[in-house]
Amino acid sequence: MAEYSLKTPLEEKDVRKLVAGDKVSLSGIVYTARDAAHKRLVELLEQGKELPMSLEGQIIYYVGPAPTPPGKAIGSAGPTTSYRMDPYTPALIENGLKGMIGKGERNEKVVDAMKEHGAVYFAATGGAAALISKRITGAEVIAYEDLGAEAIRELTVEDFPVIVAQDSSGGNIYTEGQKKYRK
Amino acid sequence: MKEIDAAKITKEVARLCMEANFELGEDVLKAIEEGFEKEESPVGKEILRQLLENAEIAKTERMPICQDTGLTVIFLELGQDVRIMGGDLETAINEGVRKGYTEGYLRKSVLGDPLERVNTGDNTPAVIHTKIVPGDVFRMYVVPKGGGSENMSRVAMLKPADGVDGVKEFVIESVRTASANPCPPVVVGVGVGGTFEQCAINSKRALLREIGSEHPNPFYSELEKELLVKVNELGVGPQGLGGIVTALAVFIEAAPCHIASLPVALNLNCHAARHKMVEL
Repeated sequence: MAEYSLKTPLEEKDVRKLVAGDKVSLSGIVYTARDAAHKRLVELLEQGKELPMSLEGQIIYYVGPAPTPPGKAIGSAGPTTSYRMDPYTPALIENGLKGMIGKGERNEKVVDAMKEHGAVYFAATGGAAALISKRITGAEVIAYEDLGAEAIRELTVEDFPVIVAQDSSGGNIYTEGQKKYRK
Repeated sequence: MKEIDAAKITKEVARLCMEANFELGEDVLKAIEEGFEKEESPVGKEILRQLLENAEIAKTERMPICQDTGLTVIFLELGQDVRIMGGDLETAINEGVRKGYTEGYLRKSVLGDPLERVNTGDNTPAVIHTKIVPGDVFRMYVVPKGGGSENMSRVAMLKPADGVDGVKEFVIESVRTASANPCPPVVVGVGVGGTFEQCAINSKRALLREIGSEHPNPFYSELEKELLVKVNELGVGPQGLGGIVTALAVFIEAAPCHIASLPVALNLNCHAARHKMVEL
């Protein structure tokens, strides 16, 4: 298992070298979106309209942060379960999305899109939300403010720790890791 | 007759919503520490270390342990000799949720309608389970329940012939298929017997037990221990990335049931197994 520091936006060559199980430290901009925002993004794509942000080389973090307390950049902000975004993800990958951060396994259609277009799925530690918030230095709502916690935010992250959960050649840390410790 | 002021209930609900979200119970912390000691997977060990560090930050800085600060579930034991003064019980509880989630900067995760999907903006309403009991007790558990673990819940109406083996298979298979989604290491709540709805409520009520506590019935106590071993042999591990610490505890609540039935339900708590209790 290798360790990498990557800056966003990601290039396809960055993504293709990552293998399930690698530790990655991310810095730069990542966008937040979860169920409701994904639905709206895909509706825009279906209508041929422009998205609120370019997806080219970008990473989406599946998170609905807690409200920001006074004096902090953001409230607690750990990952939500990713499979709920599976129905929407292939369309976003086809439009340039290179990375996703969440928790839990993705389905075959997402994996197929990741393989075809060169995208990677990272896992962050679910429930380590206060700890993770320390690696987020800026947060600004850029779309869908009416969705509250589910609004799309542009986050600035520094050394945000993630693990490559599913890679662009079909590698999967969930199946591989669990098999190793099954008795 | 004991009189309790509705405003007092509001104040306690608000306080417990915040406390439950900021401070992990001592029993849970101890169980994660023990898991950290015995976890064989290096990745799993690192995750458990992060969870302990996270709990410390959350407590010190009064930040939520998890950004999913839950839908507020209330388990209330209300003595029939108690009278609520100066307002009604349900309003008092919801007012407390509103206050706690606003003042504590907790996430509002409740939608007014499941299909319209518009946020109520204050995390109300709570789901309230009230049991009327003799005497003048007022015992209230405040349980913020996260969506990720709740989504992995299951109910099955087994055949009586399936017996204890059927129950075991249901529990183990449910934890296996839930995999990483409920944020393991989990606490497993199992309701057995009763009716369709009662076994589901019992599976959630089971999660209120302190980790390390023994089931009063030796048969169920043994069954809990056996299931904990079997669930941990699945290899799911912390965050589902592989390891030997998949669950911190298995708790069973059994209830009398119909001669034709063997209902069983499973409700999971993530490692942020949040619940606080107050007696008024």
